[in-house]
Amino acid sequence: MNRQSNTYTVIYAVVLVAVVGVLLSVVYQALRPQQIENIENDTKRQILAAALITPAPGENVADLYGSHITDSFIVNANGDRIESGEKAFDVKVANEVKKNDVSQRLLPVFVCTTDNGLKYIVPVYGAGLWGPIWGYVAFDANGDTVYGAYFAHQGETPGLGAEIEKPAFLDQFEGKDIFAADGAFQGIKVVKIGQEPADGSAWVHAVSGGTITSQGVQKMLSNSLEPYTAFFNKLSKEKEADK
Amino acid sequence: MNLKKTFIPLVNPISKDNPVIVQVLGICSALAVTSKLEPALVMAVSVTAVLSLANVIISLLRNTIPQSIRIIVQLVVVAALVVVVDQVLKAWNYEVSKALSVFIGLIITNCIIMGRLEAFALSNRPWPAFLDGIGNGIGYGLILVIVGFFRELFGSGTLMGYQIFPQSWYDAGYMNNGLMILPPMALIVVACIIWVHRSYNKDLQE
Repeated sequence: MNRQSNTYTVIYAVVLVAVVGVLLSVVYQALRPQQIENIENDTKRQILAAALITPAPGENVADLYGSHITDSFIVNANGDRIESGEKAFDVKVANEVKKNDVSQRLLPVFVCTTDNGLKYIVPVYGAGLWGPIWGYVAFDANGDTVYGAYFAHQGETPGLGAEIEKPAFLDQFEGKDIFAADGAFQGIKVVKIGQEPADGSAWVHAVSGGTITSQGVQKMLSNSLEPYTAFFNKLSKEKEADK
Repeated sequence: MNLKKTFIPLVNPISKDNPVIVQVLGICSALAVTSKLEPALVMAVSVTAVLSLANVIISLLRNTIPQSIRIIVQLVVVAALVVVVDQVLKAWNYEVSKALSVFIGLIITNCIIMGRLEAFALSNRPWPAFLDGIGNGIGYGLILVIVGFFRELFGSGTLMGYQIFPQSWYDAGYMNNGLMILPPMALIVVACIIWVHRSYNKDLQE
């Protein structure tokens, strides 16, 4: 058979691609369940990290998540629970934060039981310099004070923008209030050293050399957290009522 | 068959014909994945696996591949293997697969792989082709690991994520060198390796 003929070449290409196609789909199907589990465990690890809980080496993240996250639900911008049957864990935050009409957003809340009491963890999502940045922020039961934060990024510059995921940056958020004394949302400003706001609003120091990523963090926090205002206000009222 | 001759494809690429420091191939990934030692190691293993398997497959097919589409056939084989490696990593070592992100996919475009397929696998029997793949993978991996070692040690003060430099050094004023983490430093480290290598192998000097 003439190996350089057009017929042979075309048949060869078709057979090769068909064989490879079948092989790849088999591999994909076989490994899919394990991959989904890995992605879910990674998300669970990130949620727990916001509440300052890190799994010990070899510890099962799913078990740890199950024992700490005692409840999770979705609220709307009015602070009311949405009973749509969708799980808070499955909400794609990346799609929600893009909705300009805040009343349309699904706002997931994870309730975490820690050694320091109940914490409310909410997801945040925004844009850094090179790609998306995201994270989770845990709040005290008063719905105002940050208990812990976790940020991650897709491809920020190592040593510069990528520092937003390091403890040196994250630890600054602990104890910051996102609401002003009159209950208005103020967010947390990410400022350069020497430019700290004097009006008493909450701030953290930016990553030096990572200005755009730092600004991205500030925008991400205000855009993602402001819709929770009604929910957090309700929380703080409940807290007052308890007293 | 002469035993020494059999293992030439395995041994040569490790030093005398090293793909990175002598042929200067695969530099891009040597910059991209070497800021830490662990991803560098995984990348080295992945490339070795893809390269040796692709070499064997192409070598087995070498008498059937039509000349006019041989590059496409090579690409399809390499791409399939890379996708398999990527999927396996995602399933079994998610952390590392996250750290390597797109660079696993970019093994497809690693010049070493197409280079070895064209230059060796297409004209040799499967066994030598397999050895050639392993040898080049090790030669490539060796450089990656050396570069990753220095960049992680001086850039982060750690190795494989474990703290190497004690806290007392930092208290005494020692600082991690942020430049080591950035890609240009990988080039400089590779250049230093080439310098040392050439000074021992005078016949390679131009």
